[in-house]
Amino acid sequence: MTRRQRRLVLIGGSIGVLALALGLVLNALSGSIVFFNSPTDIKEKQIAAGTRVRIGGLVKDGSVQRGDKLRIRFEVTDGKNDVPVKFQGIVPDLFREGQGVVAEGKLEPGGILDADTVLAKHDERYMPKEVVDALKKSGRWEESEGKVAGGKTP
Amino acid sequence: MIPELGHYALVLALALGLIQSVAPIFGAKTHDAALMRLASSTALMQFLMVALSFGALVTCYVTSDFSVRTVFENSHSMMPLIYKFTSVWGNHEGSMLLWVLILSLFGAFVAAFGTNLPATLKAHVLAVQSWIAVAFYLFILLTSNPFLRLPQAPIEGRDLNPILQDLGLAIHPPLLYLGYVGFSISFSFAIAALIEGRIDAAWARWVRPWTLMAWMALTVGIAMGSYWAYYTLGWGGFWFWDPVENASLMPWLAGTALLHSAVVMEKRNALKIWTILLAILTFSLSLIGTFLVRSGVLTSVHSFANDPTRGVFILGILVLFIGGGLSLFAWRATMLKQGGLFAPISREGALVFNNLFLTTACLTVFVGTLYPLALEALTGSKISVGGPFFNLTFGPLFVALMFAMPFGPLLAWKRGDLLGVAQRLMVAFAVGLVAIAATFAIKGGASVLAPFGVGLAFYVMMGAVVDLVERTGLMRLPMTAVRARSFGLPRSAWGTAVAHFGIAVSMLGIISAGTWGSELIVAVSPGQTLSLSGYDLTFDGIVERTGPNYTAQVAKFTVREGGVTIGVMEPSKRNFSARATSTNEAALMARGAGQLYLSLGDANDNGTIAVRLYYKPLVLFIWLGAVIMMFGGALSLSDRRLRVGAPRPAAKSALQPAE
Repeated sequence: MTRRQRRLVLIGGSIGVLALALGLVLNALSGSIVFFNSPTDIKEKQIAAGTRVRIGGLVKDGSVQRGDKLRIRFEVTDGKNDVPVKFQGIVPDLFREGQGVVAEGKLEPGGILDADTVLAKHDERYMPKEVVDALKKSGRWEESEGKVAGGKTP
Repeated sequence: MIPELGHYALVLALALGLIQSVAPIFGAKTHDAALMRLASSTALMQFLMVALSFGALVTCYVTSDFSVRTVFENSHSMMPLIYKFTSVWGNHEGSMLLWVLILSLFGAFVAAFGTNLPATLKAHVLAVQSWIAVAFYLFILLTSNPFLRLPQAPIEGRDLNPILQDLGLAIHPPLLYLGYVGFSISFSFAIAALIEGRIDAAWARWVRPWTLMAWMALTVGIAMGSYWAYYTLGWGGFWFWDPVENASLMPWLAGTALLHSAVVMEKRNALKIWTILLAILTFSLSLIGTFLVRSGVLTSVHSFANDPTRGVFILGILVLFIGGGLSLFAWRATMLKQGGLFAPISREGALVFNNLFLTTACLTVFVGTLYPLALEALTGSKISVGGPFFNLTFGPLFVALMFAMPFGPLLAWKRGDLLGVAQRLMVAFAVGLVAIAATFAIKGGASVLAPFGVGLAFYVMMGAVVDLVERTGLMRLPMTAVRARSFGLPRSAWGTAVAHFGIAVSMLGIISAGTWGSELIVAVSPGQTLSLSGYDLTFDGIVERTGPNYTAQVAKFTVREGGVTIGVMEPSKRNFSARATSTNEAALMARGAGQLYLSLGDANDNGTIAVRLYYKPLVLFIWLGAVIMMFGGALSLSDRRLRVGAPRPAAKSALQPAE
């Protein structure tokens, strides 16, 4: 093989691998990414049942109901709208009414989210960013509160 | 007094850094040997100053001097001494100081052990290293000074984030930083080569030990972080494809590619431009990792408290070094002469294959990590890219890489015989096929892909063994000859085989724990027994315990296997009063290479408590594999020709200008 042919093999191979990777990425992006929504988005966007979504907001006061076999139901609110969520398993330590939460799962007909993941904040200073943004959008977020949650302390 | 001394020492380091950024380059231009030698002295002094500064901060933490703001915010007088020490870097300011400590340490290493480097190259390398150091000294002094005092000293500190009060904090960040920052040396060497406009095989020989050292630290650092997350987060996961984890994985992938391409450059004088580019990219990815973690773009346990000016400052550093490095590359790379020729089927070809797949895999991780950020900035819609994305993109690329891996070391340089190598790998193929069949027979066909993964792992392990058998002549030659050959074999050949073996061990652990693990999530009441995978755990009740700065509720479980008591597991919840938070301490019990994993959930009103119980077969292989990889790296590092400071084998004459 001449130098030129060798270089062609190399470049051809590289392009092939990159094309393969591009195909994999596009394929994966269309199938496996999950959109984040606030409860208001869920109400307004008319998202089809069966779609995987991630929602963030606060656990509505008085909405938590625990059943047997670690079943739990609660509502996620951004102050304007609420989305009911059902989950089976152990919720995080800092899962409380009135606290920030992110839930991910399938949206069922009737607008209930069948969650397989529930995340809460790590400690008293940290609030999931998605929750902060969802609350900001609905006007429930105050900057003074933000400073506490963002960890800026005097 | 001590914090001011620390602050002052850091300012002195900055001053030394500024001198070192300019003087050696000027010296190299004017052939002034004294000016060039100055770089070594300033590099050593810089390290001394930063070490003094770091020592001062450690003293503040250990003596609980709460008049210093970062100590007040991140420490507590009741904490055990080890956590007082580790909380030095359990916050943004201190961790950046650790960053520059390691950066200056590497600079000092080059100054002290790089005695065989040509004077101009050494001067340039140390100058570039100092540019990086100056940028980060300024960053610390201007935006993240750990020595700032509070006007009035509080009596008690606010405690370290309880999640970080763990032995993991003593190991994970220093190792990870050794890796991240270690790649700065490869970067400095690459930039120095571009400034000088010449590069040769000897350059690769000088760069490889530094890259190897950084790679070893990063490998174990990532593994340690993964194990820490596994036992501390309470649900048995060991890798989450979280952006912060990806930030450490990307330099690892690029660094692994760099290690391999440097071999080609050293042995065959080929792939020079590509190796230079990889060296720049690897450190760029380290910087991007630092930016992602430290800027507050992402929220995670790693991001600590944030201040937007810091993000902008790091972004500035990032643009300066990545942009500058790549521009210099674009401008000067064409001056470097192309090297040796090789056929596509050859050792070089195999290493190119390795590089192609590693960098492409790195690219997919990059896309998956940054696409959500870019999309949010551009369209405002938020997405999460998680495990499924990476399994579908990273997975297939890595499978191809693993399949090709045993071929590489067996192929000859320049022109290889693929069929001959395939024949020699027959044993490995056979072992792989047997492993597939055996896995199907034992575990059934519930998961079709997993048995093939197991087969692939066994094939790679056997491939590494075949490589050694071929090289030592085992099975072919008499024992005395084999002995002589084993001792004569370069340590780097042993290192290659061991490291390749290690990654297959990790792969086996990942597949086994991910596929054949079992789990039970239930609420239990005292006296109740849980059964999982042949183990019976009886819940004996909850006791209260008091730690130095927390109280804990400890649940006691007696573990039996086949009716015989084999031990007690005590998962607990710790409540830290200073921060009004709690942590979850999972209980682990090793069974061979597998583990029983038990963690606590919420206690209910009716006296029951929710628990998660997992059995994860071979899960320890995941981290054992990383340790084996590091060991392989260490073997390779001990190879005579790579030893830092080893006598130079007639290299000076090989150094020629490009054109």
